[in-house]
Amino acid sequence: MSDQIPLPPVYMQLMKKFPDSVTRDERPGFAGVVVQANSLPVVAAELRDRMGFDYLSSVTAVDDFPEDMLEVVYHFFKSVGGPQVELKVFVSREEPGLPSLTDLYPGAELQEREVWDLFGIRFIGHHDLRRILMWEGFDGHPLRKDWKEPLYEEDNKPFKTRWPEGKGERKELLNPYHDNVQYPRDFDPNKWESLADQAMYESLRSSEGADSEKLKTDQLVVNLGPQHPSTHGVFRMAALLEGETIVNLKPVMGYLHRNHEKIGERNTWLQNMPYTDRLDYLASMSNNFGYALTVEKLMGIAPPERAEYIRVMMAELTRIASHVMTTGFLLNDLGAYFTPALYALEERELILDIFEEVAGSRMMCNYFRFGGLVRDVSPDVLRKIRHLVENRLPRKIDELDQYITHNEIVRMRCEGVGVITAEEAIAFSASGPILRASGVPYDLRRADPYSIYESLDFEVCTREHGDVYDRYLVRIDEIRQSIKIIRQVLDRIPEGPIMTGKSQYLAKVPAGESYGRVEGPRGELGYYVVSEGKPNPKRYHVRAPSFINLTGLAQMCKGYKVADAVTILGSVDIVLGEVDR
Amino acid sequence: MNGLGILKGLWITLKHFFATYFTDLFYNRKKADADEKRGMVDSPGLFTVQYPEEVLQPNEEFRVIPFLVYETDEKGDKKYRCTSCGICAKVCPTQCIFITRSKDPETGRPVPYPAEYYIDADKCMNCGSCAEFCPFDAIKMDHDFEMATYERGNSHIYSMEQLGKPVEYYAKIRPVNYALEEAAKKEKANAG
Repeated sequence: MSDQIPLPPVYMQLMKKFPDSVTRDERPGFAGVVVQANSLPVVAAELRDRMGFDYLSSVTAVDDFPEDMLEVVYHFFKSVGGPQVELKVFVSREEPGLPSLTDLYPGAELQEREVWDLFGIRFIGHHDLRRILMWEGFDGHPLRKDWKEPLYEEDNKPFKTRWPEGKGERKELLNPYHDNVQYPRDFDPNKWESLADQAMYESLRSSEGADSEKLKTDQLVVNLGPQHPSTHGVFRMAALLEGETIVNLKPVMGYLHRNHEKIGERNTWLQNMPYTDRLDYLASMSNNFGYALTVEKLMGIAPPERAEYIRVMMAELTRIASHVMTTGFLLNDLGAYFTPALYALEERELILDIFEEVAGSRMMCNYFRFGGLVRDVSPDVLRKIRHLVENRLPRKIDELDQYITHNEIVRMRCEGVGVITAEEAIAFSASGPILRASGVPYDLRRADPYSIYESLDFEVCTREHGDVYDRYLVRIDEIRQSIKIIRQVLDRIPEGPIMTGKSQYLAKVPAGESYGRVEGPRGELGYYVVSEGKPNPKRYHVRAPSFINLTGLAQMCKGYKVADAVTILGSVDIVLGEVDR
Repeated sequence: MNGLGILKGLWITLKHFFATYFTDLFYNRKKADADEKRGMVDSPGLFTVQYPEEVLQPNEEFRVIPFLVYETDEKGDKKYRCTSCGICAKVCPTQCIFITRSKDPETGRPVPYPAEYYIDADKCMNCGSCAEFCPFDAIKMDHDFEMATYERGNSHIYSMEQLGKPVEYYAKIRPVNYALEEAAKKEKANAG
């Protein structure tokens, strides 16, 4: 089937340049080219330097069990917008290894660590290849298909023990620990010594910048978190300090890890929808949007027009709610403890009321279906939204703007702090407000338009300095643009059905792969799914924006004070449900 | 000028304080419900209500743990709408629904009625898929969110008796949906 579709010219160019090492992915439904492992750096360098694909969006892997193959999948984009380039590298399951791309694309750092952790694929040349999400004594690599979780029942849902002979019982009781845990076979908690922190501290000291030839002064490691109000959840920053200045910093995460992707591969396609709500729990509508879009791409269906308008409206309301909250909590990090945050939450409350009325839940919306939506929006709700965007929200934004933007404490603490340049931001694969605050006008709603964004009139907000203050300003600007978008949507929303066909609980998804992405409040939210034509996905990967934005955190923090690190983390705006997945 | 920002910030707090005070004064005189008082689109003051003294009424679509709809016949027996087709157990993302199908005691053939029905409320994620895909309108999402218990052992696995609620209750909490479903049923009966 794929023989008839001509490859995009980028791939032809690559195959011409590297005839021996780049071949076509021949499987039906699959795009992209297969690259030999040892020539990956050369091909990537060509892509980056000659062809302008400077943005490495996602690195992930697919397990082809029972075949002896693991695929490593890379998605590259241009930071000026446009279609993707997808590279695949096949490695064997026994001793999987391939060259790391961290030298060319520093944004691959955390993602390669994640692939190593979950698949056991070694990236040669990665300077700090440690486990990232699982604990260091963990037995095996959980995303491999032959790895089974402690309460393993079957490969795929629905489980057979639920019907017609179901017995209400706690599966946890089957486990000797009476919980959903397991330990390596010869694990003895009394003898076991964790070397993970040691390894992390060593990597903190050994990386460049830390070893100066100058006068040796005492350097001190300070752990911020994991339980600390400034980390917005269970997240830890290990900072290497000289005096009070940060020399190096490592994010430590995984405390909230639940292996969302493994759960997703057990689930049927539709069952994943409510799980996506729990990724970035402040923006569940966006998460739904991205997942629905990706699977629809694979299924080859499109939602009706009214549904598209409602989707965009909900996604923009989510963006407003999320940005308002971020702004409030940035002040929290600056020391204006909770009063401004709670004032900022007021308008979010009204938006959540709308979500409750429309979707049935304030935060875990579960509102999108493949080819449409769960239910229509009543005229009453539309009237409420209009009232909100015409009166209340603009007033609130003006108020925030008036009181915060020129507040001298905010300016002193934020201006010139946590600077990341445009080149660095692209190299670190940062996305969303962070990238745009550095002056890169990269917004997927314009760069790679989806849904009806192409027909809407709004601006991509950018600032030049790339500091905390600019990231705050970009968020304020984006709220204004979102209000503008919602006004247009309300003016134009057509009558009609909200679902293409009938919503089915077993979606028929043809074999193939699909990478869909939306501009979430925190940046580029991507989903990579592989289908075998079965009721369950073979691979389900989430490119979580706040996880990848953390790659550049060390760069942003270097040279600033400890107190600034808190502010910088606040401006990066992480949501731990998404970071840890 | 230094210090102006702080004064501006304090001014917001002061404004909120008086706005809340006067709104409450106004609505208390009218003896309005908590819903009308606070958290409205036009309310200038704070949004907080004094739960549990004041309780906001949830919207119609609001969903927590499902319940099984039953109808009461003349003798006062519960007649569940469920046919134990198992669709809810199949779509459930967390697989927290357990159904046992009834069997005819004489022939041993399956009967379209549940013998047992359990929902593990600890696992249920309130997504509403079961209610959405039930072809018999037999399972619906509840509004009762006050489910705290003193014991976490087995009391959170709800049995059929605990899950059952009369159809009148459903009509009360979701009047619009109930009316729509009844109209559709009537139309179907007329057509048939």
